[in-house]
Amino acid sequence: MSEWETVIGLEIHTQLSTRSKLFSAASTQFGAEPNRQACGIDLALPGVLPVVNREAIRMAVLFGLSVGAKIRTPCVFARKNYFYPDLPRGYQISQYELPIVEGGTVEIELQDGNRRQIDLTRAHLEEDAGKLLHEGYAGESAVDLNRAGVPLMEIVSEPQMRSPEEASAYMRAVHGIVTFLEICDGNMEQGSFRCDANISMRRKGETELGVKVELKNINSFRFVERALRYEQQRQVEALESGQPIIQETRQYDPAGDRTRPMRVKEYADDYRYFPDPDLLPVVVDQAMQVELAESLPELPQARRARLVEQYALAADLAAVLVQSRQWADYFEATVEAGANASTAARWITGEVFAHMHKHSTEGVEPPVSANSLAQLLKCIDSGVVSNSAAKEVLAAMWQGEGEAEAIIEARGLRQVGAGADLDQWVDQVIEAHPAEAAQYRGGKDRLLGFFVGQVMKASGGKADPKQVSEQLRARLQKD
Amino acid sequence: MDLTADTVRGIAQLARLRPSPSEEKRLIQDLGAILEFFAQLSEAEVEGIEPMAHPLEVEQRMREDEVTEPDRREDYQAIAPDAREGLYRVPAVLDSD
Amino acid sequence: MHGRTLLEHAQALQAGEVSSVELTKSYLERIRVHDGSINSFITVTEEQALAQAEAADRTRSAGEAGSLTGIPLAHKDIFCTRGVKTSCGSRMLDNFVSPYDATVVERLKAAGMVMLGKTNMDEFAMGSSNETSYYGPVRNPWDPDRVPGGSSGGSAAAVAARLAPAATATDTGGSIRQPATFCGVTGLKPTYGRVSRFGMVAYASSLDQGGMLGVSAEDCAALLGAMAGFDSRDSTSVDHPVPDYWRESAQPIDGLRLGLPKEFFDDRLDAGIRASVEEAVAAWEGQGAKPVEISLSNLSLATPAYYVIASAECSSNLARYDGVRYGHRCQDPDDLEELFCRSREEGFGAEVRRRIMIGTYALSAGYRDAYYGRAQRVRQLIRQDFQQAFEKVDVIAAPVSPVLPFKLGEKTQDPVAMYLIDCYTIPVNLAGLPGLSLPARPVDGLPTGVQLIGNYFDEARLLGLGAAWQRETDWHRQVPPEFA
Repeated sequence: MSEWETVIGLEIHTQLSTRSKLFSAASTQFGAEPNRQACGIDLALPGVLPVVNREAIRMAVLFGLSVGAKIRTPCVFARKNYFYPDLPRGYQISQYELPIVEGGTVEIELQDGNRRQIDLTRAHLEEDAGKLLHEGYAGESAVDLNRAGVPLMEIVSEPQMRSPEEASAYMRAVHGIVTFLEICDGNMEQGSFRCDANISMRRKGETELGVKVELKNINSFRFVERALRYEQQRQVEALESGQPIIQETRQYDPAGDRTRPMRVKEYADDYRYFPDPDLLPVVVDQAMQVELAESLPELPQARRARLVEQYALAADLAAVLVQSRQWADYFEATVEAGANASTAARWITGEVFAHMHKHSTEGVEPPVSANSLAQLLKCIDSGVVSNSAAKEVLAAMWQGEGEAEAIIEARGLRQVGAGADLDQWVDQVIEAHPAEAAQYRGGKDRLLGFFVGQVMKASGGKADPKQVSEQLRARLQKD
Repeated sequence: MDLTADTVRGIAQLARLRPSPSEEKRLIQDLGAILEFFAQLSEAEVEGIEPMAHPLEVEQRMREDEVTEPDRREDYQAIAPDAREGLYRVPAVLDSD
Repeated sequence: MHGRTLLEHAQALQAGEVSSVELTKSYLERIRVHDGSINSFITVTEEQALAQAEAADRTRSAGEAGSLTGIPLAHKDIFCTRGVKTSCGSRMLDNFVSPYDATVVERLKAAGMVMLGKTNMDEFAMGSSNETSYYGPVRNPWDPDRVPGGSSGGSAAAVAARLAPAATATDTGGSIRQPATFCGVTGLKPTYGRVSRFGMVAYASSLDQGGMLGVSAEDCAALLGAMAGFDSRDSTSVDHPVPDYWRESAQPIDGLRLGLPKEFFDDRLDAGIRASVEEAVAAWEGQGAKPVEISLSNLSLATPAYYVIASAECSSNLARYDGVRYGHRCQDPDDLEELFCRSREEGFGAEVRRRIMIGTYALSAGYRDAYYGRAQRVRQLIRQDFQQAFEKVDVIAAPVSPVLPFKLGEKTQDPVAMYLIDCYTIPVNLAGLPGLSLPARPVDGLPTGVQLIGNYFDEARLLGLGAAWQRETDWHRQVPPEFA
């Protein structure tokens, strides 16, 4: 293995979050009944014509600017001709010789903290095809064209990645960029973000590229890494045993954790690209570029660095927070509303995320606002409520029972500090356990925990554990 | 221009046409004559001339991102050769995309 | 009544001499009696026509009539008409009832015009003789053994036989102007982008342009005013003001420089047609125009360049006809490939299949640069030739067709000979310019015509020259004896 070098390039397909399609005014919303969102243009009725969605152009430019690419103006839409039942026009409108985004770089960071720059070849706009359904149609296939015409941006990297880990890090980095730019919802289960990976092997020191294999339609960071690792292994084994690699398209099967060749078409397709005569060259004027450059949001890496710097957060917590712009924003809003930064980071990545997962509300706004969360966290830090009681409060807030302080009062969860009540509970506990008290006094210090637990129990969880152990220590000493 | 039957068949396949053997013979002859007619284009002095894709030098106008198309599935599927349960039906597609 | 021009109908309607229902009925009756001999209609929409005519009469009684309200016309069957079969002359769309209206149809409807029906045409507008229609050939009203020209042969024959006062049409390489001249009517192909292509079934998108056929240039001007203008649904539609063509067509001719390109008057041109064109030029000279000889040096390359580009675009435009969502589907296909191939083989006629094949070839790997790429460069040269010419002249005058209307079947065996018939009209489409075809002195009892080519968006000037000539002549007023 060590004498082989892996060469990987990725083509990432991102579905742009426009309301309407790339060339028609039909909705792009996910999950509609079949063909309810396929208008005459999407169905390619005779005589219909495409008109470009400005928002899709804006999003592609925004991406280009964010990765330091050149925005090509004018760029041109071309027809890619082939027949398939999910492609109503008999051609896909895409970009060929003159794509909207050229060049650019994406920085990736590996587990060990090492960083690398990956160059982009281009990013271009194209329309998605429809969906073919095979199961349950009595030996036929069924065509749903709701997805036909949904805007995609295909981001093509140079073959610069040298390991499956780098490929997955690159995929994550691009995912972070497009979701922070809010041009793609990043939903991989629904296919809004997926990739094709090209991989080839060559002996170290060689400059010629080996025969490449294309892995199609991978929709998870984990799978891209596993698929490439499997493929790496398979190719090296083949090469070392003197078998040639066949240039082909393969598919990753997550269940079996392996790749399999896809069915080969009987004839090679010749796409006969030519500029779409129904569309004109797209000009991105300077004003639009300047306006978009000014509106570029802070991207994940910059944001993480700032979170570490500004809030003295641990790097790993910051990294978790910037996995989505939503949570990075939520964190900062919580701090802004008065919460302690480190408490906020811990609670958001811990309890809040757990609730989000439990209620599978990914991508949806949490029901507890940053401001409400901040009120709860302030109660913890000022000792009004214990950490464990706070979890109960948050759960109640999640169910919509109100604000933190009201719930604390209603449920009697206010923490009890030094005072008559605490004295009484401590006395009771010591009296009830004379043997243990004697042992403690005899030097068995670790029994303190036992006493704290008993007092907490007696208080119904309301006592402040710090106060409890202080009191206990003092009282057990006294005798 | 020498067009072989293989070439004609290959083009027919790309164009999803299926000429009969007699049609094929006719096509070899007709396409050959047309390509010969096209051959005079090679006389043109086009060095340095920009290809013209479009008669007017106008740029693409853009549409605002609004959903204005209503759902007309029933109208559209009334003219379909075979649509059931809202889906267009075709013979089984074997290879997965 | 049918001897009138569209504008004369408008005056009669306005004066209350006739109602739209009466006028519509009289044309429906003429179609019933006469269309059997020329086959100019694919569909006659009698019921809808009468309903529209009644509505038009109500609009008029309410005092809300516009200048075109209540006037009947026919649409070429290439324009989508909601609820009405839109076949494009093809078996492929024989069962296609359009779920929507083309912009042109919508606009003329909004102007209050009454649709009589849909006219016959070459299949998908591919043809110069109207012999490629699935619905059989159209016959020339002047001589039933001869072709009416194409592809808008049905529209031209219907207007010539006065089965409709006017008809919409389309022109990709001469499909309005050539049938106009073969049938002795007036036809205008506007500047590319002037009339919306939305809802017009595409043949070659960068060349197709909607226009009309009418009795007179003034009729065309009136219709253009209603059809032209920006359409946000067509990216190639141009946002350019629409003048009052009717009024502007009355501008003076004195001092106008009339270009005569020597390449259009070569030895391909029939001597009789040449004489008719020269007579027209002399008439404009008499009205103050100054003839100027010019040269369009790349003209001979226009026809091959056109057929490469048009075929390439059509091979892609017609890929949507796959038997899946609408249109013809073959019986019991074994598999998907057969569904595609057999539906298309059966649905398309021979000429359409030929052009799809040639276009597929011209775009295929290894040939794209030699054919499509080179043709696009030649297209540029032709546009430049015209641009240089329009620095020296205001309007270009030329013949429309090198030959007189020929006999049915005469050229169907030789596709290249058929393609060359359009050699004088094709260059105008390549450049995207407006072109007007006007009836001129007949030769051997057959109609001829003269073509005026203008600079971009200069339709009013062409129509003005046409109207000025038509005020002095009556070629456009002549009706084939059998239909008089």
